[in-house]
Amino acid sequence: MKILVPVKRVIDPYVKIRVKPDGTGVETHQVKMVMNPFDEIALEEAIRLKEKGVVSEIICISIGDKTCQETLRHGLALGADRAILVEDNESRHSDIISKVLHQIVQKESVQLVLMGKQSIDSDANQTPQMLAARLNWPQATFVSKLTCLDSQLLVVRETDAGLEQLKLSLPAVVSVDLRLNTPRYATLPNIMKSRAKPLSIQSISDFDLGQTHQMLVTELISRPPVRQRGVMLENIKQLLEKIRPIIAS
Amino acid sequence: MSTLLWIEHDEKTIHPACLSAITAAQQLSKPVHALVIGNNVNHIVKQVSLLEGIEKVVSCQASYYYPFRAEPVSTLLVSMIHNYSHLLAISSTQSKNILPRVAGYLDCPMLTDVIEIVTPTCFVRPIYAGNALMKQTCHSKPIILSIRASQFEKTGLTDSCCPVESIAPQPNDERTEVIAEAIRDTEKPDLQTAKIVVSGGRAFGSAEQFNMVQQLADELGAAVGATRAAVDAGFIANDYQVGQTGKVVAPELYIAIGISGAVQHLAGMKDSKTIIAINKDADAPIFEIASYGLVGDLFKLVPEMIAEIKKDHHK
Repeated sequence: MKILVPVKRVIDPYVKIRVKPDGTGVETHQVKMVMNPFDEIALEEAIRLKEKGVVSEIICISIGDKTCQETLRHGLALGADRAILVEDNESRHSDIISKVLHQIVQKESVQLVLMGKQSIDSDANQTPQMLAARLNWPQATFVSKLTCLDSQLLVVRETDAGLEQLKLSLPAVVSVDLRLNTPRYATLPNIMKSRAKPLSIQSISDFDLGQTHQMLVTELISRPPVRQRGVMLENIKQLLEKIRPIIAS
Repeated sequence: MSTLLWIEHDEKTIHPACLSAITAAQQLSKPVHALVIGNNVNHIVKQVSLLEGIEKVVSCQASYYYPFRAEPVSTLLVSMIHNYSHLLAISSTQSKNILPRVAGYLDCPMLTDVIEIVTPTCFVRPIYAGNALMKQTCHSKPIILSIRASQFEKTGLTDSCCPVESIAPQPNDERTEVIAEAIRDTEKPDLQTAKIVVSGGRAFGSAEQFNMVQQLADELGAAVGATRAAVDAGFIANDYQVGQTGKVVAPELYIAIGISGAVQHLAGMKDSKTIIAINKDADAPIFEIASYGLVGDLFKLVPEMIAEIKKDHHK
């Protein structure tokens, strides 16, 4: 079984972001960038499936500018077999990304797409579900446990209400949650070896982006209002005086 | 033009956040129709038909519509959406599972977690875990969005029922099947709708000691929350996690105990009305956003607080 793992290059989650004063976006110049943490978990799961002999090939894909090659090399060092960069200098919404992935899935005839539930920059949580719809494949989102059974997957999903066990048939799109696994680190020998692995570069202009191109327009990126620092109290008695009216209301 | 609001429920009651979604729907386009899907939902339909702001309830029942699965539910939504300019739901794991799939079928974009409706086509939503806000204009038909309920007032009841229309179900999709569900204790207040939330961090040190959070919450009639660190340390189950990767809450009162205030946690609670922080480190970032702070040892302060509240109850 061939498996596709889309990976997004994002600002390191531990970096405090700076909103550009002109409202056009968030400063990324000379800011540490990493693979989206949820995508890294998806890749780790793909590697584990390959180690179990369930998966024959892992393809990593990223859509973005040249610097995404670094993210893809990291994916190759972790254990992906080959990588595809769809070079694109524009920032795209989930609907366009899912459209590009749809075409890649068809071209590469993959059977399973494993991806992060959301990217930690746009926080949209849409691309996996949109891709599943475009392919008309079944989907499982927020997955925290995954077992492969021949032509089926057995997964545990994390929902607001608790946990849900879902069975779905392949081919399928699966989006992963935080607790699925703990990703490994790339070892030095694997980093060296990854340089010999294939990384093909395609252009966004080779893909049909259709009509939805301008349906969603970003007007402004701004800083949220800052909460004022409050009052420091001395003891529990003072604290209770503050909260009693709220409890009683 | 009109708005279709997908009503989330658990077959027993409406998700309380839907009351806020009805308010949001009034700002999109009227009339607002509510869609109730499920296996056995006549009583939910009745509840919804009495809500202020709903002009018609559309109901669709079939055994395979509950528990909700994205495949059959999105097929149904796609089949009936052509009459509407907006499709709206509350932001939740359910809507996140279903709505983008509808958008995918319709070749439309979508807006998740909208916190402000500027105009019926212009919206504000948080990005970077709430560290930035993005204003977007959407030109698709329909416009598909989910809203953060805490940012909108709740609607009330009316005296008279609105009309109800039953529609025929669409075919099932047997490629997915729910095998089992482990539902959290529903006797306790729900984290996302509770008036008061008491949250604990890794400073509690063990699952046994984390129990103090539950005890305090019980005394206050509050829901329990936790940081990702406390969840990762195994003190409490994941569905209690508040933060960027967990639940986003905005109660009247949020009590953060032994929580330093990592960006990822603040993203999930900083819109709470009043925030109380108890932490032994006076420099903890949580104090930057707390309405009231108290520096001290939680193992002394929390039992003292529980004892004081118990005394209040006996008065």
